[in-house]
Amino acid sequence: MSETPRRNIDIARLRAHHLTMCRIRALEEAALRGLGDKVVLGAIHPSIGQEAVAAGVVGALRRDDILLSTHRGHGHTLAKGASSEAMLRELFGRVGGNCGGKGGSMHIADFEVGMLGANGVVGANIVIAAGAAHAIKLKGEDKVVCCIFGDGAINRGPFLEGLNWAAVFGLPVLFVCEDNGFAATTRTASMTAGGGPAVRARAIGLPAEEVDGNDVLAVEDTAQAMIAAIRAGGGPRFLHAKTYRLTGHTGVDTAPYRPADEVAARKREEPILRAADLLRGAGVAEAEIEADRIAAEAEMSAAYDAAIAAPFPGPEAAFLDVQDVGSPALGAF
Amino acid sequence: MARISYMEAARQALAEEMRRDPLVWAVGEDLGRGGVFGQYRGLVEEFGSARISDAPISEAAILGASVGAAMMGTRPVVEMRFSDFALCAVDELVNQAAKARFMFGGQTRVPMVVREPIGMWRSSAAQHSQSLESWYAHIPGLVVACPATPADNKGMLKSAIRCDDPVVYMEHKNLWPLEDEVPDGEHLVPFGVARTLREGRDVTIVSWSAQVHVCARAAETLAQHRIEAEVIDLRTLWPWDQETVLASVSRTGRLLIAHEAVQVGGFGAEIAAVTAEWLGAKVRRLGAPRAPIGYAPTVEDAVRVTEAATVAAVREMVGR
Ligand SMILES: Cc1ncc(C[n+]2csc(CCOP(=O)(O)OP(=O)(O)O)c2C)c(N)n1
Ligand SMILES: [Mg+2]
Repeated sequence: MSETPRRNIDIARLRAHHLTMCRIRALEEAALRGLGDKVVLGAIHPSIGQEAVAAGVVGALRRDDILLSTHRGHGHTLAKGASSEAMLRELFGRVGGNCGGKGGSMHIADFEVGMLGANGVVGANIVIAAGAAHAIKLKGEDKVVCCIFGDGAINRGPFLEGLNWAAVFGLPVLFVCEDNGFAATTRTASMTAGGGPAVRARAIGLPAEEVDGNDVLAVEDTAQAMIAAIRAGGGPRFLHAKTYRLTGHTGVDTAPYRPADEVAARKREEPILRAADLLRGAGVAEAEIEADRIAAEAEMSAAYDAAIAAPFPGPEAAFLDVQDVGSPALGAF
Repeated sequence: MARISYMEAARQALAEEMRRDPLVWAVGEDLGRGGVFGQYRGLVEEFGSARISDAPISEAAILGASVGAAMMGTRPVVEMRFSDFALCAVDELVNQAAKARFMFGGQTRVPMVVREPIGMWRSSAAQHSQSLESWYAHIPGLVVACPATPADNKGMLKSAIRCDDPVVYMEHKNLWPLEDEVPDGEHLVPFGVARTLREGRDVTIVSWSAQVHVCARAAETLAQHRIEAEVIDLRTLWPWDQETVLASVSRTGRLLIAHEAVQVGGFGAEIAAVTAEWLGAKVRRLGAPRAPIGYAPTVEDAVRVTEAATVAAVREMVGR
């Protein structure tokens, strides 16, 4: 892991990340509450404990840069600038959700903030990201595409195909492997051969770095340097961020397949605590640190209330946005 | 006989076949912890991790490697988790598994079972809800099985494992908890033999998988309108039991095929066409509109083939 020297901590920057991470945490907790209240309808995959990857990587992007995410994408999407209320509406399947209530947690997209979609199919976003970067290159723009995927995704074919494509065409894309140690109930290491994601990326010719994914400043510093090199025309780069999934795979998974003391130990290293410790060490008052959490919780609580008050889309939404040519209802009841 | 769930029936079937034949093995993501729905619970403890094998998230390799392992004489049961993810391995299934025997002039067989759970289930949205059985019915070389009951999920899975052809085995996710009587031990349901679950003289309703239960309820309601519907669970789409369906329609004179999958190009079209060709009978299909499946319950329900729609379609056909 790259040990980033911390001579002078930029307190404002760290504060901003701390707030972003608190907002992500509070959003995930609101989503879990929604699951308990049976207003979240489908499966959710919480990113609790992984917030530094979202805050650090996405924080290093410009607003007009492009992001592709996964089934575990709430944090990435919020960090990119999506509205928390629209996200909760989507999770609740309501009008005013990012996708009009038609996608749900695993398909949240917000094209207005350059978020091209979560994905229900592991690894599918990797080749799509390469294509998005291909378009940017064709159009001569200076945007960068950031594609986040899990450690499990590197065992799918599109990983090889997408990285090779980006390298061959010299495309502006940052691939980020958000490694939380698990692919559903499986310890990813038990099903992954070789030296891991960065080694594979290097073998395809992409400069690759590993970073402590619970250290938000290290994540941001590393991502920022890579994004600058990509924007300067240097071609694709690869970032392997190591973190830990503190919850089960889904909101209902109690994760009985791993020991409680492992989780407890990892809880002590979680990114929000670490950022708060750094802030304290830099002289930021406890009340200010606490204010971030309180503000985040207030935001999500208000968003929750607004979202449950929103109506479901009408049945006609089933037939909207299917395709231009031909009626979807043709020949059906 | 014991009252067990649809899921437990399949678990029993696999365990019995694995005890009977040491060349039967299962492979897929998360199997060592029971599989994503719990269909494999307890099996790794009995059979070990070589025969209840975990896999990387590598659908193409899971299916493709199983083709190789099947050609070498083992009998893989391939877990694809959702039929939607099996699309990541369509080449391996359609170009390789289905065709190896024919292309190679009969030198090999590909005895594998590809489990692909289908269907709408708890707001799972567009990439986790599809019913794609008709795709595979279109492919020469494949068997397509869609069990509707716990007993069939036992008897058909056992037959699938013993079958020397590649079998696309589609369980419906909404049926996992469904309980019913299931015969103990050696219970084999042959492929291509439909099950008539209700007799009637006015109309024949053909369906499969979870939709069978919707049709059964519709038939109850129709009886209140003095319409006696014969309900047939097709069980397998390939081979499909033309004899039973045609015999029934030649008595009733009317055929309705109902399925959860999209109506356009669905397997209902094949059954309707064959019946019209042979009997010139009145045929009608009920399937989903040609739209992806949405997340919000209102949107999800809008593409569901309901009991009410089934009753209405039959009443229109019968004219009362
Ligand atoms: C192609 C495909 N196979 C299987 C799945 C089922 N599935 C959903 S999430 C998941 C685990 C993914 O692990 P990883 O890539 O590490 O992401 P994480 O869930 O840890 O964020 C699996 C196997 C899927 N969605 N798509
Ligand atoms: Mg993971």
